[in-house]
Amino acid sequence: MTTSTPKRPPARSSSRTWRLSLSDPRVAGLFWQILVVGIAVAIVAFLWSNAIHNLSVRRISTGFAFLGREAGMPIADSWIDYTPKDTYLRAFIVGIVNTLRVAVIGIVLATVIGTLVGIARLSSNWLLARLAAVYVEVLRDLPLLLQLLFWYVLMQGLPAARQAWKPVEGVYLSNRGLILPSVPLHEANWWTILALVAGLIVFTLVRRRLIAQQMLDGRARPAWPYALGLVVALPALVSLLSGANWSIMLPELRGFNFVGGLTLAPEYFALLIALVTYTSAFIAEIVRSGIQAVPRGQSDAAKALGLKRSFVLQHIVLPQALRVIIPPMTSQYLNLTKNSSLAVAVGYQDIVSVANTTLNQTGQAIESIALIMMVFLTISLGISLFMNWYNARIALVER
Amino acid sequence: MSSVAHLPQDPLPIGPRPAPRALGGHLTAWLRANLFASIPSSIMTLLLLFLLGKACIGLWQWGIANAVWIVSGNDSSACRALRGVGACWAVVPEKYRFILFGTYPFSEQWRPALAVVIFIALFAVSSRRSFWRKELFLLWAAALIVIGCLMWGGFLGLTFVTQDRWGGLPVTLILATFGLAFGFPLGILVALGRRSKLPAIRSLCVLYVELIRGVPLISLLFMASVMFPLFMPDGVNIDKLLRAQIAFILYAGAYLAEVVRGGLQAVPRGQYEAGDALGLSYWQKHALIVLPQAIRHVIPPLVNTFIAFFKDTSLVLIIGIFDLLTTAKTAIVDPAWQSFSVEVYVFVGVIYFVFCFAMSRYSRSLEAQRGTN
Repeated sequence: MTTSTPKRPPARSSSRTWRLSLSDPRVAGLFWQILVVGIAVAIVAFLWSNAIHNLSVRRISTGFAFLGREAGMPIADSWIDYTPKDTYLRAFIVGIVNTLRVAVIGIVLATVIGTLVGIARLSSNWLLARLAAVYVEVLRDLPLLLQLLFWYVLMQGLPAARQAWKPVEGVYLSNRGLILPSVPLHEANWWTILALVAGLIVFTLVRRRLIAQQMLDGRARPAWPYALGLVVALPALVSLLSGANWSIMLPELRGFNFVGGLTLAPEYFALLIALVTYTSAFIAEIVRSGIQAVPRGQSDAAKALGLKRSFVLQHIVLPQALRVIIPPMTSQYLNLTKNSSLAVAVGYQDIVSVANTTLNQTGQAIESIALIMMVFLTISLGISLFMNWYNARIALVER
Repeated sequence: MSSVAHLPQDPLPIGPRPAPRALGGHLTAWLRANLFASIPSSIMTLLLLFLLGKACIGLWQWGIANAVWIVSGNDSSACRALRGVGACWAVVPEKYRFILFGTYPFSEQWRPALAVVIFIALFAVSSRRSFWRKELFLLWAAALIVIGCLMWGGFLGLTFVTQDRWGGLPVTLILATFGLAFGFPLGILVALGRRSKLPAIRSLCVLYVELIRGVPLISLLFMASVMFPLFMPDGVNIDKLLRAQIAFILYAGAYLAEVVRGGLQAVPRGQYEAGDALGLSYWQKHALIVLPQAIRHVIPPLVNTFIAFFKDTSLVLIIGIFDLLTTAKTAIVDPAWQSFSVEVYVFVGVIYFVFCFAMSRYSRSLEAQRGTN
């Protein structure tokens, strides 16, 4: 049973016999647990019976059978093939891919920008530090949804495709979104990418081995020749042999729209900007406090030993700062992923938006919201597991 | 006394040495140290000055020099003539009553205005350390009741106003403040439950906190607006605003529980043991000894949670409740003013910023105080 109370005074006569009184901590514990669980079960049962009743009155069948039906829902911005004739299940998959697309790219960009701004806040250049502080303060103190609507309105106010802004050759900014040049992935190019990935994996193993050898005899062995061979030369060789075609495809204006290139739709682009700038302000503060948490004596001592500046940053300051940075960073990544659900406000079809449309079309409210929750709980769990693994890797190794 | 007179006189004391003179005066020295310390730093400064100057000139021309400040009688033609060249701030005096108070009856709008003033006074009073006493709870209860009476009316000659006509800033403040006022006790209970030795209670609390924190707020709001009616018995119909408020309370409860739990972990074990030694019951021990210390520890993160929470209330836009952001978005549906949403968003943004900035400054001053204590 669940009644063990380890910290009981030992000198009590009734310690072995059960008294049916609330003054016995074991009985009291059992009593409170039964009471609370009982109330929780009663509430759930009450809600559930109401739901069953209401669903039968409204003639809504429960279950996930509707996922096999034709969705009839247009999704403009999708990376996988989709037509309104496809099933709800496929629409949900498109939604999940769209959520992941904005979340993953957003996390990468927010980390890069946030780190730069965080370092800028500590700059000895007064102007740079001030500007970074203003950036952080303004972005942190405005609701994300307001920022998102603001960017989206600005995006819609951009000139039409024919008068698009062209900051650099091949890059167009118009009310159709941001159009970038792209490299079309022919079949032959995949071999090169495969070679690059394989080279990176082998290089990681080689580097680990080199460090292990250095641990034994203290002699540093340069890793760059291996990097050159495995990460640069090997893919280049494969590229030549397989006849890969790396020509860049520039977008072209034809009629009222662009052909070729990579298009970031205005909805996606606005959401990405809003998420990245908002989250980067929080990440900047985390990075700043992480760097400040490393005592000055650490870098002073390293400099006194005659170590190079880059070595001090890479091997002395950063590993210690990361220990402070990683846990709050994890929650920022989770926040960014959850905040990507604001997409529904500008009409970017992420999982929440697809589920919302499904809910309105089919009336399957419970199933649709359960799907949203399942997807987000899975993503959250995935990010947490990865970051916990990374955190354990960089944690202080104590004897 | 007399022995002192026999002591030899002190030699003349040496005054403090003057501070070393900064090279080239105060300002130049400062510029040298902070803006032009090295060549890369100087290049950075010049580049930033150039970009900053360009941005400032552009903003000045758009926002002030070419802006339209006032128009007569809902006529936006002057604004449309300058579209893209100058800002149309005239939309703000034209629409501010709707943005601030929504569809609340026009002649009665002094009531939500007074409610906003009471809210701000309540926050100001609560921020003073000298008011952190038991009476503060009574003050909060009284203030919230007065605000409810003002908004609803229906007595003393005040006409009754239903919730679906409430809107704007008061709704934002109500959602945030009531969410905090009810979510905070809930959070304390859940935090205690999560540290409880009773496994059933502990797992229930963990389940609640992790479930709420694992999903986006929007899905909770969808639940409140779409799913909640399905879970109610026939004939029970809860107002939309109240449903959103319940969702906010549950959401706040989960996040505040984690903050409070952090505070509970910071209370030394000896404090609990001292409470046990005095023979206090579980609730006496927590109410009198542990919680006062735990909560003092986490006041800065509590304020930060409240800022996040205040910003998050804007999400009710998605389920169609008229908070400040929704009224702003609705105000520019009017075809005459449709193309001036940027100006309206800037206006609303300033309101949000003032509230959040004040709170974040306050939170930082608390942290600084704790650092010196």
